[in-house]
Amino acid sequence: MTRSLEDWLLTNLVEFKKYASSAEDSANVHGLLQQVDPRVKIVGALALILSAVAAKNLGAILWILGLSIALAAASKLRLDRLAHWVWRPVLLFSGPIALPALFLTPGNVLAWPVSLQGLRAAAFLVLRAETTTTISILVALTTPWTRILKTLRALGVPTVFVAILSSTYRYMFLLLQTASDMSDARRSRTVWKLSAIEKRRIAGAAIGVLLSKSFQLSSEVHQAMLARGFRGEFYVLDDFRLRAADWLWLGVLSGFVAAIMYLEK
Amino acid sequence: MHIPDGYLSPSTCAALYAAAAPFWMIALRKMKRVLHTRAIPLLSLAAAFSFVIMMFNLPLPGATTGHAVGVGIATIVLGPWGSMLAISTALVIQAVFFGDGGITTIGANCFNMAIVGSLVAYTVYRIIAGSAALDSRRRVVAAAMAGYAAINVSAFFAALEFGIQPALYRDTTGAPLYAPYPLHIAIPAMMIGHLTIAGLAELIVSAGVVSYLQRAEPELLRMTAGGAAKDIAEERTSGSTRPLWIALSLLMIATPLGILAAGTAWGEWSATDFANPSVRRQIAAASSNSTPPVNAPSGISALSQIWIAPMPAYASPFLKSQSLGYILSAMMGAGLILLATLLLARIFGK
Repeated sequence: MTRSLEDWLLTNLVEFKKYASSAEDSANVHGLLQQVDPRVKIVGALALILSAVAAKNLGAILWILGLSIALAAASKLRLDRLAHWVWRPVLLFSGPIALPALFLTPGNVLAWPVSLQGLRAAAFLVLRAETTTTISILVALTTPWTRILKTLRALGVPTVFVAILSSTYRYMFLLLQTASDMSDARRSRTVWKLSAIEKRRIAGAAIGVLLSKSFQLSSEVHQAMLARGFRGEFYVLDDFRLRAADWLWLGVLSGFVAAIMYLEK
Repeated sequence: MHIPDGYLSPSTCAALYAAAAPFWMIALRKMKRVLHTRAIPLLSLAAAFSFVIMMFNLPLPGATTGHAVGVGIATIVLGPWGSMLAISTALVIQAVFFGDGGITTIGANCFNMAIVGSLVAYTVYRIIAGSAALDSRRRVVAAAMAGYAAINVSAFFAALEFGIQPALYRDTTGAPLYAPYPLHIAIPAMMIGHLTIAGLAELIVSAGVVSYLQRAEPELLRMTAGGAAKDIAEERTSGSTRPLWIALSLLMIATPLGILAAGTAWGEWSATDFANPSVRRQIAAASSNSTPPVNAPSGISALSQIWIAPMPAYASPFLKSQSLGYILSAMMGAGLILLATLLLARIFGK
C-alpha cells in the first residue's frame, strides 16, 4: 500500500532528526577520528574518496572499504547504524542499477547469461558507491557540522557560501518541522478518504504555504541580522591547531594512499 | 537523479566541476549585487525549502508516488541564478551530511539539476507564459511545463554523462569501470522514469504551487514575470496613488475657502499691516489686546524688501478673481513641489 503524504513526511522527519541527533552524539564520543583535526580529516577523506573513484582494481577498492570500516569501529561508531544508514540504502539504490550489467555487458561468459566483465562492472559500481558513501558519512558522524563548515572556509570555499550552508542547515530542521506540523493539522481536520487529485491539490497548496513561510522567515531573519549589526561581511574564527598526532595521521593516510596507488600498478 | 560517487570517472567529475564553477560564481555575484545583505537569509531559506520539498512524496497517476526536486518552482520564484544557488546548496548538504549523492559528483549533480534545470525551467516558463497576467491560467501551464522540461533535460544530461563512461573507461579485462551502460541503454533507462514518474512529480508541484501563489501571494511570482510584472507594478503604483491625486485635486479646488477665514494668521504680518488701522485691530485682538507697535519693526521692514513674491497673498496680478487666483496658486505650488521631488529622486537615484 502506498504511504500517505503525512506518513511519508513524518517518517522522513523522524529519520532525519534521529540521524542528525546521532551525528551530534557520535561526534562528541572519544573515538579515533573524533580526535583528528577536521582539516586533516576532510583532506584525508577526500584523498580516500578520490583513490576509490580512480581505482581500476577491485582489490584496491576493497582495501579502502576495509580501512573505512576499521576506522568506523575505532571511532566507536555503531556498525549496525552504518548498515542502516549507508550500506543498505546504497545497496538498494545501486544494486538494481548494477544488476542488469551482469547480463548486458558483453564479454567472457562465466555462467550463462552472466559475463565476467558484467560481474566486474556491477562490482565496481556497487563497491565504489558503498566505499565512498561510507567515507563521507564517517566524516559527517565524527565531526560537528560547525567544524565541517569552518574547515570548508579554511580550505578556501567562499565565506558567503559557507554562511549560506550554515543557515540552510539550521532552517532545514525548522521548515521540516513546520511541514510536518502542517500535515498533522490537515490530517486532524480530514475525516474522509481523499482522492489522489485532492491529495495532489493539498500537497501543492502545502508547498505553496511553506514557500510563503520561508520567504517571510527569511525577511525576519534578515531584519534580525541587520539589527545585530550585519552589514554584509561574514567572519569565521579559525582556531584550528595541528598537533603531532594530526601529522602522524596525515603520514599514515598518505602511506596508505601511496600503497593503493602502488597496488593499482 | 543524485549521482553517487563511482558512477562517473574522476575526469568527468572534474570537467563538470569546471563547467559548474563559472555559473556558481556569476550567480553568487549577481545575487549579492541584487540582494546585498538579504542574499544569505533568502538563499538559505530557499535552499532549506528545496531540501524539504524533496521529502514531499506525491501520489501520482498509476498508483505510484514520486518526489520533486523543486527546480521549477525555485526558478519561477527566485529567478534562474537564485535557483542555481539554492538547489546547489541543498545538493551539497545532502551529499556532505546525508551521503545522498557523491562528493566527487557534486559538480555533476549541481550542473545537471541546479544549473541546466534552472536555465531550462526559466526559458520554458518565459516562452510559454509570455506576458500573460500574473493570475492567468497560462502561467500555471507554463510552470507545469517548465518543471517537467527542467527535470527531463537534467535527466538527459545525467544519461549522457553515464552513457559515455563505458566507451571511455574500462579495466584490463574490458569491464566498464564506472556507469556500465552505453548511451543506447542509459538514455532510455533514465528517460522512461523521468518522463513518467519524476517528471510528473515536478509538473504537479510547479503547477500546484504557482496556482496557489496566484491566489495567495502573487508578489512571489513577479521575479520571472517579465513585462507582466512591470505592467502590474505600474498599475499598482498608479492605483495606490490614485486616491492621493484625487484628494490633491479636491484640495486645490477648495483653496478659495481660505478667503472666508476671518482675520490674519498670527505672526504672518507684512510691514504694511502695521500702518493699516483695521489690520492693527486684528493683530491686537489676536494678541490678547496688546497694542502692536506704531511702525513696523525695523527688521521686518528691512527683510521684507529682499524678496518680492511674484504672486503675493496668492493673488495673481493678471487675474481679477481672487478665487481663481487661489486655485492657480495651489496648482502652481503643488506642481513646483512635484517637480522638485522628481528632480531630487532623479539626483539621488529614487
